[in-house]
Amino acid sequence: MTVLGAPDLRVEPQDGRAVVHVSGALLTAYLADIEAAFAQAAPAEKHVQIDLTDVPAFDTGGAWLVSQLRRRLQQGGAEVQIAGAVDHLALLETVTTATPEVTPQDLPEHGRLEWVANIGRNLVFGWQDALSLVSFLGQTLVGLADIIVRPHKVRWASLVTHMQDVGFNAVPIIALMGFLIGVVLGFQGASQLQQFGAEVFVVELIGISVLRELGILLTAIIVAGRSGSAFTASVGSMKVQQEIDAMQTLGLDPVRVLVVPRVLALLIMLPLLGFVANLFGLFGGALMSWVSLDVNPGMFVTRLHDNIAVKHLLVGMVKAPFFALVIGVVACWQAFQVQGSSTSVGKRTTSSVVQGIFLVIALDALFSIFFAQLGV
Amino acid sequence: MKDDTPQRDAIIKVRGLRNQFGPQVVHDNLDLNVWRGEVLGIVGGSGTGKSVLLRTIVGLNKPAAGTIEVLGTNVLTAPEEERRKVETRWGVAFQDGALFSSLTVLQNVMAPMREHLKLSTNLMKELGALKISLVGLPQLACDKLPSELSGGMRKRAALARALALDPQIVFLDEPTAGLDPVGAAAYDDLIGELQRSLGITVFMVTHDLDSLYAICDRIAVLAEKRVLVEGPIETMTDVDHPWVQEYFTGPRARAAQVKGIGGA
Repeated sequence: MTVLGAPDLRVEPQDGRAVVHVSGALLTAYLADIEAAFAQAAPAEKHVQIDLTDVPAFDTGGAWLVSQLRRRLQQGGAEVQIAGAVDHLALLETVTTATPEVTPQDLPEHGRLEWVANIGRNLVFGWQDALSLVSFLGQTLVGLADIIVRPHKVRWASLVTHMQDVGFNAVPIIALMGFLIGVVLGFQGASQLQQFGAEVFVVELIGISVLRELGILLTAIIVAGRSGSAFTASVGSMKVQQEIDAMQTLGLDPVRVLVVPRVLALLIMLPLLGFVANLFGLFGGALMSWVSLDVNPGMFVTRLHDNIAVKHLLVGMVKAPFFALVIGVVACWQAFQVQGSSTSVGKRTTSSVVQGIFLVIALDALFSIFFAQLGV
Repeated sequence: MKDDTPQRDAIIKVRGLRNQFGPQVVHDNLDLNVWRGEVLGIVGGSGTGKSVLLRTIVGLNKPAAGTIEVLGTNVLTAPEEERRKVETRWGVAFQDGALFSSLTVLQNVMAPMREHLKLSTNLMKELGALKISLVGLPQLACDKLPSELSGGMRKRAALARALALDPQIVFLDEPTAGLDPVGAAAYDDLIGELQRSLGITVFMVTHDLDSLYAICDRIAVLAEKRVLVEGPIETMTDVDHPWVQEYFTGPRARAAQVKGIGGA
């Protein structure tokens, strides 16, 4: 295509009327340059001719400009004629008819009132979300209870697949995490306890903190990030693809088909993973104690055996199923809240992980208070 | 090509195109001309590579052999910068819209303008609203997200985005698939009207016999890995090929023909 000249505009009076000469390529690409000239053109005459003879190229942008000019002049009471635009006339008329009366407005300003309204809106939505989450928890519990009453209803294939994904495949990362926690505790404990000559208490430090708190809590956090996000993303995409609607029309309960196997898999695997984390945590701690404090493994095991009651392990493990339920229910509930597009899947996956981790930590704090009150 | 009339200007020229996915050859030695200002309908059975042809022309699929010339530029060998220039002069409307899901309809239409034109935001809004109105969407649709629109509205919004830069060629992939007959007919009218008033060339992959009769100037039939025949729809019934015969003389074709002639 040959390069056409940039457009230009002149207003000339001629026999008592004004002629607006437009020349050059009146294309969208040049719109920014010529727009001001069109906006300023204000002939005083009552008869105006817009002459497009020298306009070789014309597109919707150009047509819009001419049609805006014509509309403005006509509103000012002038009679407007278009000349020399035989080829362009159809486009001009199409654009003129299509031009909306009002141009789209910017979204309303976020003023102070809007800010207050937002607080209210978020409170109401938050309350509704909480109700919906609790009702979803109820549905899931009913589904789980149903399986306990009628074990033949368990979807084995699905359950075992999820157990592998959630549990077995997570063993390496959980083991490594546990080992490193043990090492860190051993190292930190060593440097502090050495000041009091109480090196040997590092066994209690590691034993109690790993078994009671850290092993299971950090396992739950990793599982929330690893499997919670996977649950939300996969079930959420099914929601986008209308697979969940299809299930309902086929008489299948999505909660029982999709949620129960996932939550059940977490309920079974999270305690086991927690146990793995505990083992590796103690192993890492023992290794570090040996290296930095000369507490040999035999001594470590003896002290562990004599001074750490089994209740510490049980206090830790008893939390696992609750964490599992929270992670699974939050992830699946978020997935069911997915609406419309794939963007929503991404947002919900993020919320699922954040809420899952937050609720796990909050629940852990509640358990701490509970056990402290009980004196265990 | 045998019907190469010299006075016509080929806006798209495909020569010797070969497309292959593994051992499966989709196109082999395919030739095609698209004339400036026409509405060309591409038809063919499932798996004959209609969409692959469209994707290849717009550069989403790299062919194994052949040349593709669009607006005089060989899009396969041209340097990046020249390719980009050609890309701003065509618009593609995908089958399900392929609108950016996180942007409103107006922002979708403005997206290519932001990238390629140096216009003020207000001017882009005005032009975007104009494009949205040109494709027959209400102004209320401007601030909606794609997920809030019906399938038909999404297709129109996709067309508005394809028209954003005032392209010379518009590629449409199954524009009326999934629309109800009334919506499909309205969409056909819209394309016909826009084609006349904006003077664009339309390259359309379709299954819809009504569209073929209503708005296509010429039809190209894909079969046996190439363009088997091309020409106005009236000539299609004379083609001696089992698929073409079945397609253009079947009961659905007769119904569409009656409608097309009745409507004209």
